[in-house]
Amino acid sequence: MKSVLVANRGEIACRVFRSARALGLSTVAIYSDADAGAAHVEAADRAVGVGPAPARESYLRVEKVLEAAREAGADAIHPGYGFLSENAEFAQSVLDAGLTWIGPSPHTIRQMGDKQRARQIAAEAGVPVVPGSARFEPGEIEGLAQAAEAVGYPLLVKAAGGGGGIGMRRVDGPEKLIDVVVATQSMAQKSFNNGAVFLERFVPKARHVEMQVFGFGDGRAIHLFERDCSLQRRFQKVIEEARAPGLPAEVADAMAAAAVRLCEATAYSGAGTVEFIVDAESFEFFFLEMNTRIQVEHPVTEMITGRDLVAMQIELARGTLGFVPQNEVAAHGHAIECRLYAEDPAKMFMPSPGPLTTFRPPSGMAHLRVDSGYREGDAVTPFYDPMVAKIVVWGESREVARLRAMDALRAFSIDGIRNNRHFLLACLADDDFAAGDVHTGFIDANRGRLLAA
Amino acid sequence: MAKVDIKTEITGNVWKIEKAVGDNVAEEEVILILESMKMEIPVSASEDGVILEILVAEGETVTEGSVVARIEV
Repeated sequence: MKSVLVANRGEIACRVFRSARALGLSTVAIYSDADAGAAHVEAADRAVGVGPAPARESYLRVEKVLEAAREAGADAIHPGYGFLSENAEFAQSVLDAGLTWIGPSPHTIRQMGDKQRARQIAAEAGVPVVPGSARFEPGEIEGLAQAAEAVGYPLLVKAAGGGGGIGMRRVDGPEKLIDVVVATQSMAQKSFNNGAVFLERFVPKARHVEMQVFGFGDGRAIHLFERDCSLQRRFQKVIEEARAPGLPAEVADAMAAAAVRLCEATAYSGAGTVEFIVDAESFEFFFLEMNTRIQVEHPVTEMITGRDLVAMQIELARGTLGFVPQNEVAAHGHAIECRLYAEDPAKMFMPSPGPLTTFRPPSGMAHLRVDSGYREGDAVTPFYDPMVAKIVVWGESREVARLRAMDALRAFSIDGIRNNRHFLLACLADDDFAAGDVHTGFIDANRGRLLAA
Repeated sequence: MAKVDIKTEITGNVWKIEKAVGDNVAEEEVILILESMKMEIPVSASEDGVILEILVAEGETVTEGSVVARIEV
């Protein structure tokens, strides 16, 4: 391996280039017309244009990306996150073109991309999945009470033909179970022409906790501890931390063991993330999905473990990575990542593209890492995602990291676009956050208080 | 009869135009949909009326506060 093309843009392209260069590799960027002068283009040794601004006409065009690799003489491709990173056909095309694919096998990507199949593989590997029942056809109520006991309360009665929350009803105990099931069956028959329903456990106060894993492709795998990514708006993560605050050690250990079992069972290769939903009260955890790529929030894991995950990905693909035994991976202190977005928190987090007239990340602070694909004077265009920077800090304890994150955000000068800097500060300063009382409903439930802060 | 400007509150690209000149629209009804930073954001009629003009084309970039359509109410 001599030259790595990153099939991506922005901060993740810049970040992959850093590790590639440190490993003695030359770097190739691709860019759309909107990104011709972007930071990631400047950061690479070579750069090739791949088409017009809309991603589907440039960054998502497999042929264009492969052509760019040929043109620039790249012999390996790193996909970053988003775009083509979890596209099995792209991974296969890269291999078919005789290039090195820096990621899991196309087979693994395909398996995990099919959410039903992934759930089944997880269950077979002994990873807990959200308890659910068999279907109950219209009029069928026999065995319902036992099925509900097995699933556990509170539960949702879901129409088999529904989706996106339609045809879903919550039941908190056995008293109303039969009435709700019969009513949902009848409603589902009318709405979806399919009266079948099933039961699924509902987690009223949930946390999103995910396990960073790394597989060596030969059935051996390790974990690099968990991240808590509960602070979200519109299902997009806003603040992530490692390790997960207040998660009992035995729960974290069980979750890690489950995630490693899944990687071993699939002979997983490279960096991956196993996502879990965790009941914030009981700490029961259930498999959500597995992401077969590097995650946006991987730096918090790097901060607490001192490992370079992207370098590990590249070295595994290159064949120069030695096995890392689990007992050599240790976690120290606490790390927090804040995602700075071009958006307006007061207007339901609507996007706010525009010119970065002022853009000065803090510098000279200890234990601070800022990953960004923007420079002062750059425009944030409407074509791609709204993240302009990741502010990542480390501290000996969560409290030290929290205060350090606030210092870093206060010292971040940004102007020209509406952004969530102040909102991030309000989240960090919030008493509940400070106490570690995080859950996926945190931002929605406290929006008024956070906006007023 | 009065002309009312329909403005966009955000900067984005026109993804889909749902209405044509002469169409009746009700208050809150979607006239066109913008795409910005991986989100679809509808631009809707501020009141009941008839589309007089559509001032943008699909694929075009519009900036916050610009007039994208006019309706007669």
